[in-house]
Amino acid sequence: MTRSLVLAEVIDGVLAPVTAQAVTAAASLGGDVVLAVVTQEPHDLIEAASLVGVTEIVTVAAPGSDRDHEQALAAAAALVADVDPDQVLAGFTIRSSAYAAALGHLLDLGVVTDAIALRRDESGPLIATRSVYDGRVHAEVELDASRPGLVLVRPSTWEAAEPGGSPTVRSLAVDLPESRVRSVELVRPSGDVDLTRADVIFSVGRGVGSQENVAVFAEVAAKFGAALGSSRPIVDAGWLPASHQVGQTGTTVKPRLYVAFGISGALHHLAGMQNSQTIVVVNSDKNAPLFGHADVGAVEDIHDVVEQLNLLA
Amino acid sequence: MKVLVCVTQVLEVSTYVEFTADGRAVDPAFVTALVNEADLCAVEEALVLVEHAGDGEVVLVSAGEGEADEALRSALSLGPQRAVRAWADGVVASDPRSVAAALMAVVESESPDLVLTGVQSSDTGAQSVGPVLAAMWGVACVPVGRRLSASGSTLALEREFEGGIVERVEVDLPAVVTVQVGANTPRYGSFKDKMRAKKADIDVVVPSSLPPSRTTVARLCVALTGAGRSLELIEGGPAAVAARIADLVREVQS
Ligand SMILES: Cc1cc2nc3c(=O)[nH]c(=O)nc-3n(C[C@H](O)[C@H](O)[C@H](O)COP(=O)(O)OP(=O)(O)OC[C@H]3O[C@@H](n4cnc5c(N)ncnc54)[C@H](O)[C@@H]3O)c2cc1C
Repeated sequence: MTRSLVLAEVIDGVLAPVTAQAVTAAASLGGDVVLAVVTQEPHDLIEAASLVGVTEIVTVAAPGSDRDHEQALAAAAALVADVDPDQVLAGFTIRSSAYAAALGHLLDLGVVTDAIALRRDESGPLIATRSVYDGRVHAEVELDASRPGLVLVRPSTWEAAEPGGSPTVRSLAVDLPESRVRSVELVRPSGDVDLTRADVIFSVGRGVGSQENVAVFAEVAAKFGAALGSSRPIVDAGWLPASHQVGQTGTTVKPRLYVAFGISGALHHLAGMQNSQTIVVVNSDKNAPLFGHADVGAVEDIHDVVEQLNLLA
Repeated sequence: MKVLVCVTQVLEVSTYVEFTADGRAVDPAFVTALVNEADLCAVEEALVLVEHAGDGEVVLVSAGEGEADEALRSALSLGPQRAVRAWADGVVASDPRSVAAALMAVVESESPDLVLTGVQSSDTGAQSVGPVLAAMWGVACVPVGRRLSASGSTLALEREFEGGIVERVEVDLPAVVTVQVGANTPRYGSFKDKMRAKKADIDVVVPSSLPPSRTTVARLCVALTGAGRSLELIEGGPAAVAARIADLVREVQS
């Protein structure tokens, strides 16, 4: 029987949604699913971690912050030695990616990051599917069956396992090193907009071209009662404050209507808006990957469209 | 201060793709090669660090066969002093651990104070080479970094997390940092640097030992798009598009 070890992601003392999704991915392989919770107060999380499909919870009390990837690496290495899994799963997130490949090297595991599907045919090797080349191509990667595999699953790809399981619980004591990466200051986002509350978001990407043009979109968005979002390069350029950025390292939004102007559709942007109710994409490149995630699309120059929108506002 | 920057060539595939006969790679007729965007941000970050330090050099390294020289030459045109290529038969380009082992041979021969990589290769996005290289070298890694500044043997920088969280951290050198895409605006090199890059000698370092590869790309296929939605295209020009968007907004707001 196969055994999976799922490494939970804990942020600010709460189990991140990707953990329950990784449990579903692990449970789809059958066998035992051991969920490891490494955090300062793991006992506070036992109820949340008791997900359907989890057979055992192993807790590790860890003094460092949830951003301490050197601690996470040492804890994960001890957990793999203790649990002896056939595969290890975690979310494809910045926190996990910070140590996953190092763990793979230290323990000689096969590593696949950003998996969107996972299967094992009969007693064959584990096969993980990755989405590559802007999502145009899928690659099936075989993990060497002679060693455990380590798979980071893409968030929002598997359904979340439901609460209400009844796993056994035990703790594992691990000597954890002090991180060589010293935290000086933590800066949480703050800003002039709260995109998560907006029903309608007009979002601009690199196609907007200049700061003056951002102002045009801001004005039209305001006239329509829409909040103004953006892709990351607009914030990097200093054209909008960070609170406007939608995506993995920005805000995750689920408005009733998301209109993307001149945004190509990188995975990191999709991560922040793919669950919007209706998605509209305006892009002059008919091959922009974001069209593949849209309900309504137009192959047009965004400047022409905003000019017309202004007349209708 | 000596900074080693890892750069790589990435592939952009056309909308219509075909694969090689073994099904494990995209047919070269359907790809365009370019330098990875985040790597150029890493080069810019390195050049600024060395300028501020007042002395030192920026050395580029790429793990790859002959075509990696193209990526090295375009990155050299921004101003780094030298470029080295790491390769041996047996390096598995699709396996970050194998790539890192090749790069490690150059880390050993150059003994830099700092190694930078881009946060990810834009084509395959594994975000793994930096962390695995740091583990091989036995130093700390700070992933998704920007705003690097060095003082003595301490590096200060910001690292990013989901949801707009930023942590200011410090780490002792030597260390590895993966530089976030868009962390800066890479410079255009001078004409002189461009000419020098064209003619530069690129030595090849051969890694002496490679780790076993535990993953194999078994098969590529064209991704079906849709993500559960079906796309309705609006025809009829900008006015028709604007009218449809205005209708959608009013539907939501009514
Ligand atoms: C770890 C990490 C985290 C990241 N986090 C985020 C994040 O939170 N949010 C985010 O957005 N990105 C994020 N990124 C960056 C992401 O990978 C992309 O680089 C970014 O989303 C691209 O933004 P864009 O679509 O605006 O630009 P581009 O990819 O350059 O696309 C611009 C688009 O505009 C179109 N266009 C140009 N001119 C016009 C015109 N006149 N009319 C119509 N269309 C036009 C083009 O056809 C193109 O499709 C992250 C990257 C990494 C590595």
